Amino acid sequence: MIAAVIHQVLHMALVLALAPLLTGWVRLVKSRLVGRRGASVLQPYRDLARLLRKEVVLADNASWLFRSVPYVMFTAIWLAAGLVPVFTTDLALAPTGDLIALIALLGTARFFLALAGMDTGTSFGGIGSSREMMIAALAEPAMLMVVFSVAVLVRTTSLAEIAVYMMGGTVGLRVSLALALIALVMVAIAENARIPIDNPATHLELTMVHEAMVLEYSGRHLALIEGAAMLKLLLYAAVIACVFAPWGMATPTQGSLWIGLLSFLAKLAAAGAALALFETSIAKMRVFRVGEFLGGALLLSLLGAIFLYVSRGV
Amino acid sequence: MTLLFVALLALFALAVVGVAARRSPWVGTAVYGGTATACGLIGLWAVGALVGRDGAVAAVLPIGVPWIGVHLRADGVSAFFLLVVALGGVTASLFGWGYERAHEQAADHSGVHSGGESGPVLPFFPLFLAGMSLVLLANDAFSFLVSWEFMSLTSWLLVLSTHRDPDTPDAARLYLMMAVLGTLCLLLAFGLLVGTGGDYRFDAIRQHPPEAGAAALVVLLMVLGAGSKAGLVPLHVWLPLAHPAAPSHVSALMSGVMTKVAVYALVRVLFDLLGEPVWWWGGALMAAGAVTAVMGVLYALMQDDVKRLLACSTIENIGVILIALGLALVFKASHTPVIAALALSAALLHVVNHSLFKSLLFFVAGAILTATGTRDLNRLGGLIHRMPTTAVLALIGAAAISALPPLNGFVGEWLLFQAILNAPALPEWSLKIGIAVVGAAVALAAALAAACFVRLYGIAFLGRPRSAEAGRAGEVGRAMLAGMAIPAALCVALGVLPTFVIRLFEPAVRAMVQAGPFDDRSYQPWIWLAPTSAIGNSYNGLILLGMIAALSVALVLAIHRWASDRVRRSIAWGCGHDGDDPAALSQYSASSFAQPIRRAFGGTVFNARDRVEMPEPGDTRPARLTVCWTDPAWAFLFTPVRRAVNWLADHADALQFLTIRSYLTLMFAALVVVLTLVAVVRS
Repeated sequence: MIAAVIHQVLHMALVLALAPLLTGWVRLVKSRLVGRRGASVLQPYRDLARLLRKEVVLADNASWLFRSVPYVMFTAIWLAAGLVPVFTTDLALAPTGDLIALIALLGTARFFLALAGMDTGTSFGGIGSSREMMIAALAEPAMLMVVFSVAVLVRTTSLAEIAVYMMGGTVGLRVSLALALIALVMVAIAENARIPIDNPATHLELTMVHEAMVLEYSGRHLALIEGAAMLKLLLYAAVIACVFAPWGMATPTQGSLWIGLLSFLAKLAAAGAALALFETSIAKMRVFRVGEFLGGALLLSLLGAIFLYVSRGV
Repeated sequence: MTLLFVALLALFALAVVGVAARRSPWVGTAVYGGTATACGLIGLWAVGALVGRDGAVAAVLPIGVPWIGVHLRADGVSAFFLLVVALGGVTASLFGWGYERAHEQAADHSGVHSGGESGPVLPFFPLFLAGMSLVLLANDAFSFLVSWEFMSLTSWLLVLSTHRDPDTPDAARLYLMMAVLGTLCLLLAFGLLVGTGGDYRFDAIRQHPPEAGAAALVVLLMVLGAGSKAGLVPLHVWLPLAHPAAPSHVSALMSGVMTKVAVYALVRVLFDLLGEPVWWWGGALMAAGAVTAVMGVLYALMQDDVKRLLACSTIENIGVILIALGLALVFKASHTPVIAALALSAALLHVVNHSLFKSLLFFVAGAILTATGTRDLNRLGGLIHRMPTTAVLALIGAAAISALPPLNGFVGEWLLFQAILNAPALPEWSLKIGIAVVGAAVALAAALAAACFVRLYGIAFLGRPRSAEAGRAGEVGRAMLAGMAIPAALCVALGVLPTFVIRLFEPAVRAMVQAGPFDDRSYQPWIWLAPTSAIGNSYNGLILLGMIAALSVALVLAIHRWASDRVRRSIAWGCGHDGDDPAALSQYSASSFAQPIRRAFGGTVFNARDRVEMPEPGDTRPARLTVCWTDPAWAFLFTPVRRAVNWLADHADALQFLTIRSYLTLMFAALVVVLTLVAVVRS
């Protein structure tokens, strides 16, 4: 029990510390892929530190909601990240919430951020919020269907139990797991506002989603929101690693924490590089094609669940 | 049970008071205060009955039809639903008292005193609550149907209390027609249940359930009859018109509570009276529920009227409850009672949850109406500055109905998903695959509901005011705030400590599926929700809330200690519209917020189109964008039916002007046909 609490504290600190590094790594790989030198992987830390030192400029009619949302959102995502095992499955908070609770916590963060986007009453905030909710309306069911297909196989929605089961090696290669993986990656791309759904580097009004929603934020509030976005990217990488590639992770009974940690770093590096490669090789799509993209993810995940019945007869 | 009878009699007496003393100034206080007290007593009795677990209590009253009497019985299910009615009654009375006083004062100020708007509401308000309670207590088909009609008619009269609004008479007429249709289905269903024996008591029906063919017909008729009251798509068409037409506290009761009485009717017949279920009953219920859930929330996203939006969202939640009921039936039929209990617990928990947050949100709509005089989203905005307490309570309601942890809506959804994840245990292939699709529909409905309530809250409470009335609004009175605060507090409490309420209604679940949701767990700590037979799934709202609170406070302290805490106020970039945009036109409106979703989903479902009228260059007229959409329920079902009925009526009219010979011929032909039929059936 004590070990689980210590692991949990270490884990929360680790995800917090690693999140900007992952974003910096993705940016660096992307720069190298298009032939630029790129900024150091530490640049996101510097950006956040600079934002934290700056003053906040609030719109005249911004309410208390606008000021509290960055904290609520950051906390919800941080807590959600705290539920995903990365180096060990022995976490104190693991029984507090399963994958469904994790998805709902991310939903809470999105709900409040979308509200904050509408608080100042500008058109940009409204554009961002309404598009974000449309994307979420398709991404969330797709993710839940991924959970469904995994749970049909593993008989649990607890991330720690899933990781243990998957490491047991009784699952083997399965078509439905591959479909679920593709669907989950598609959802992760959409939820993290990456190309081809959204472009984190753009400020062109017709294509913005996430950036439009947070346009009115500045200073420490913006730092929190950017930090939360980085945490969310790490969280999705960790979920994918935990469900589909949990190898190396320590469990309460066996495995070493150091191996768990190193393997997690290696998985993050691979995920970041893969994301950068994918983003440089594809163009951004129109906002109204997003429905087709995510509808595809939803169907793939549903198909994964149905294949599972056909292939195994569970 | 004496306490219960006293409370019910008090409700009837209050109706008399409401009529007799309608001119006196204290009548509102007396009726609402009395109703709140009576409902409080009913609620206490229900909690006592659930906690005591002393089985069912029954009574026969020597009134009504002489040789039948009125049979009443309260078991766990009745007590649970009585508690829901009582909770709704208490909060609605409290809110209604403040609401009507505020409206009378407004009428006094403006000088157009219309002779007591509350007059028509007062007598029927307690009667409506009494009618719903009697439906829950009825133990024979006769008193069930009489109470059901009583409930329908009192609510119809309450809708008509706003008869001065131009839309109300049409809404009320449609409601009456659908109510009659629903009762007709129920009448036939109970006729089949009773069979040829003629014993109308539920106890007798329970002992001799009908054989398979008749039972199938009963299921169909019950789904149609109770479904039309609950808002099952496509029988929902009256609901978004009638529920909003009533005064807000009555809307809250109709949407939050009366639909639950319809759910009770389904539970009573499908789980109790019909005996052993067949798997496809649950399958049909789930399919109907899935369509209802997704369509309901899409309807809600298309509405610009606050109360109509809430009424459409009721349709969605009824769909979710029906899905859970269907799952429970399926698992009961496949003899896995613990999972059936889990699904039924999810259904009942969602019944309480929805009654709480829907009441709360209708009260919020009432508060908005009181403060601004409008229900049109496109005339609201910025109310968070002018109605700060209402805004906080509304945020709790919106977050709860969007199924966000750690509030109560999420717990219901979580339990439902846990039940859905047990689908592989079922033997039927069509169900296994069907439930996966139903699960996707639930997830889609939940995600769209979040979008819907971001839209509602964001447009009404955030941003800049879209009309002068919204800019002038002020906070509502204490009674109304208290009426909103009670359900809001319960939303949080139920989300954080759901096991208490699930334990509370366990007798109800046990009575219906002969098992409890926690049966296969030997150890059940009180704050952990870990009910399923699968391994390791658990949820703890209390720790989640504690962690969110602790981390947020730590974060705020840390940031303000080590980072900058300076704030500067400035104007926001308004796309060049600053200062000359009094109606906040550059701001996103309710329709523009829904546009991406309308485009992604509405194009196929509603045939939604945005028509743009762009004036010629040089023309100074503003460009116009019109959104048009058609309701498939009207386009494909009700309009053709209405046309057919009209056609039939026109042609049947000719029968009035025949000669006596033709009439005699027709009668003779009818006789021959009937005799032939009898001969065929007999042989």
